[in-house]
Amino acid sequence: MDLQTDREQERLSSKPLLRDDPKFASAKIAFFQYLTVGVFLFLLTGFWDLQIRNPEVYYLRAEQNRIKSTPVLAARGKIMDRDGRVIVDNHSSYSAIISRENLKEEHLKGIADGLDIEYEALVNRVRRFSAPKYIPLVIKEELTTGELAFVESHRDPDTFPELDLIVAQRRLYPKDGLAAHVVGYVGEISDVELNLEEFAKFHPGDVIGKEGIERQYNDILMGVDGKRQVEVDNLGNERQVLESKPDQPGKNLELTIDLDLQVVAELAMENKRGAVVALDPRNGEVLAMVSRPAYDPNLFATRIRTKDWNDLLKNPAHPLLNKAIQGTQAPGSTFKPIVALAGLETDTIDDTFHVGCGGGASFYGTYFHCHKVHGTVDLHKGIVQSCDVFFYNVGNKLGIDKIAKYAEMAGFGHRTGIDLPHEAEGIMPSTRWKNKLFREKWYAGETISVSIGQGAVAVTPLQLASAIGGIAVGGTWNTPHLAKEPTRLAPARKANLNPDNVQKVIYGMYGVVNEGGTGRPALIPGLNVCGKTGTAQLASNKLLKGTKLGQSMKDNAWFVGFAPREAPEIVIVALFENGEHGPNAAPIVRDVMKAYFDKQARLGRRKTQVEAVNGFEHPTILQVPAVASGGVN
Amino acid sequence: MASYRSIRDFDWPMFVLALAICSMGVLQIFSATHDTKWGDAWWKQVMYIMVSVVIMWFATLIDYHTLLAQVPILYSGSVVILIATFLVGTKIFGSRRWIGYGSFKLQISEFVKLVIVLLVARFLTEIKTEQLELSDLFKLGGLVGLPMLLVMAQPDLGTALTYLPILIVGVFLAGLRWQHAAAIGVIIALVLPLGYFFLKDYLLKDYQRARLVSFVNPSSDPKGSGYQVIQSQIAVGSGALWGRGVTRGSQTQNGFLPVPHTDFIFSAFAEEHGFVGVVVVLGLYFLLLMQIVQNAQIAPDRAGMYLCMGVAALLVFHVLVNVGMVVGRMPVTGIPLPLMSSGGSNTLSIFLMLGLVNNVRLRRFVN
Repeated sequence: MDLQTDREQERLSSKPLLRDDPKFASAKIAFFQYLTVGVFLFLLTGFWDLQIRNPEVYYLRAEQNRIKSTPVLAARGKIMDRDGRVIVDNHSSYSAIISRENLKEEHLKGIADGLDIEYEALVNRVRRFSAPKYIPLVIKEELTTGELAFVESHRDPDTFPELDLIVAQRRLYPKDGLAAHVVGYVGEISDVELNLEEFAKFHPGDVIGKEGIERQYNDILMGVDGKRQVEVDNLGNERQVLESKPDQPGKNLELTIDLDLQVVAELAMENKRGAVVALDPRNGEVLAMVSRPAYDPNLFATRIRTKDWNDLLKNPAHPLLNKAIQGTQAPGSTFKPIVALAGLETDTIDDTFHVGCGGGASFYGTYFHCHKVHGTVDLHKGIVQSCDVFFYNVGNKLGIDKIAKYAEMAGFGHRTGIDLPHEAEGIMPSTRWKNKLFREKWYAGETISVSIGQGAVAVTPLQLASAIGGIAVGGTWNTPHLAKEPTRLAPARKANLNPDNVQKVIYGMYGVVNEGGTGRPALIPGLNVCGKTGTAQLASNKLLKGTKLGQSMKDNAWFVGFAPREAPEIVIVALFENGEHGPNAAPIVRDVMKAYFDKQARLGRRKTQVEAVNGFEHPTILQVPAVASGGVN
Repeated sequence: MASYRSIRDFDWPMFVLALAICSMGVLQIFSATHDTKWGDAWWKQVMYIMVSVVIMWFATLIDYHTLLAQVPILYSGSVVILIATFLVGTKIFGSRRWIGYGSFKLQISEFVKLVIVLLVARFLTEIKTEQLELSDLFKLGGLVGLPMLLVMAQPDLGTALTYLPILIVGVFLAGLRWQHAAAIGVIIALVLPLGYFFLKDYLLKDYQRARLVSFVNPSSDPKGSGYQVIQSQIAVGSGALWGRGVTRGSQTQNGFLPVPHTDFIFSAFAEEHGFVGVVVVLGLYFLLLMQIVQNAQIAPDRAGMYLCMGVAALLVFHVLVNVGMVVGRMPVTGIPLPLMSSGGSNTLSIFLMLGLVNNVRLRRFVN
């Protein structure tokens, strides 16, 4: 009680007592000291954790904050035709990229919405992208003005710091699929390709040639990307350039293609299915190559949309297939000149050999039809009229292996070695072939079909053009090629053929066009065009049967032609699918051929103007049959 | 009384320690701002320190008992100015903390710390019992609580919270009954979470709530205060053992570290000077604190002891919260690091407090 009153009194007194014993709390002060020691130890362990235990993690993150690297994309080389005209060009465009070093997955939704990308697809791409972290991922090419504005206004550190722009050189392919199968297309390297040796040197995200020339000459066309590494501040402002490696653009590539001819060939194949190949048989240069239906390679120039890709894959007409080198068909009657040459070279037949055609003949108990009654037929008439009975007999006398020997000599059953990927081999049957493939004996009856280019024999338009072209120049088969300076090219194959025999076959083919034969539609007044029609019977080709539509069961029409007869400069093959009869393919060849010789005349490389000459009265026309007939007689 | 003062009695170790820490601060302010628009901040800081030292000297001349006698005036003056600040103060970054004319502005809440130290010392000195009564506890709590609420309303939760350790350490030394301590602890434990859920929309500003949330989970808000903590940790961690060198820390120099010359100055320092630098500076702080505590132990009376311990409590709290924030062990509260962070009011108020401690020391032979 006393104590309390004391306190009350002290409280009430105006002057407080300020001096007293300060030692009463020394134990508590000591406690405070220990507490302070604890506080400092607690703080020190915080620094220990960050600075001593794993500073590398934070150093790396500091570097990622500081350093921003953007690739400088190298433009691919241009692809040009033989006269230096540009077929495949580039154009500059902006691409949106995200740097994955500071990527926040939760930002992807906003980015996908802003750039109109499928969110799921974007997330998948980001997750599956296996390149090192410092390589940014291109998420959208060919930005529109609106998308460009979106990137510009959202790439700041407070919104989407991972978002950025780069200038890219995009492929610009010709419209309407012109030369689409020749040039091919580019695309981002796939996971499958990354595992192939051919692509070992590339990184995920690289844009490489996927098909055609783009793929074949990717090493020439593709440049080396540069790199720009800058130090940035928190607002993304550049403070200094740390590393700048300029890009090395790819080299241009000149093709042997002549755009003038290519355009004519494309026009001639308009609304048709099939292929056209024009070769210079003297050196193997491919002057034109068309496959229809075509596709638009510009779909691939950026990232091809899944829908477009599926449409191309599911299209029953196989627009992605280059029929000129991949579509194998029975050569039909276009095979006959080779059988004829085999007959002459092996002395199985001579000028006096003739057969009577009554519209068909029986061999080994089977009756084989001819399309018409030809009466007495010799070699020349046999080729001109394309008499099946004559060639049944020649083939029967030759036997399959002699036919195969000469057909393979001309390149049948083997890749021509053209500088394009995915060339088909074709089939040239023989006893060895059948034994190897089916472990069966060859029946002589099978030879009868083969001798008119049916049965198992199958060729690509390019093989046929190369084969006939090689015979036309007297037995030299130059490897077909598309690049003016091909990097790897097989040497020409030469055969020691009797020139007289060659001339007899050529004379027959001359007659096909100029003497009222099946190739009459290919006739060009003023030019000695030689050719041969052919019909590939689809009904006999079980392989093709399954893949074609019902309406397209009509036979495929072939025509192979070369000119001029006296010194062949160009050989052209047209495959007109569902064209029914060989003669229907002849005008295609004629158009391309006329374009070629018109151009030669225009350039003054030929003395005679094809279009100015009036048919058979031209001296060269009259002269050559005389030479040829001399051989025949 | 003036006859008892002498230069010899002056607390030179404390003064040298404080200046050593200040020089580290100036160096770091220079490094962090040398090519920014605050490029002259280091020079300003030197000026602040020099002015503060002079004012401290004069403050030391006044007997702390005289100051204690003026507590009612100082306290009511503080409350009035705080209200004035709230009404007419200069608004910077969304809160009214500064009052003044033109470029001369004072952050009143910094100087109120000093008044709280004096208030607590005076109040507790007047209690002669060995243990505190509940009524005293409530009275002192109310006296400290009023300016706290006013500062909170600016809003400046960080500075307001710095008043608490002065109170807590004071009542602890004065003899807090363990029953009272337990009761208060239980009440706080109950009221805080409940209050947070029911009053969070009124009491805490959005950014304060965000800071609390991001302290628990920094990556929940990587662009806000979580971003600050992450960038600070990156800065500290990349400093490693020896640091990246003065003006060489990329986090500090390239602006990734927020306010590297004020609240996050220790992060910038840790980046550029490494663990070794951290140990040295924390060591200086520790020695400074021990020196202040020693002054408390040799204080001539309870009032002096309370004054020194109030200053020590305040400093420990500042260092704990600021440095803890830098390494991500404390939420972002935005209170400066005493003696290092750039800023005039803060520097002056700290030196005034050191002057107060010195004042106590100089008068230790009075009895």
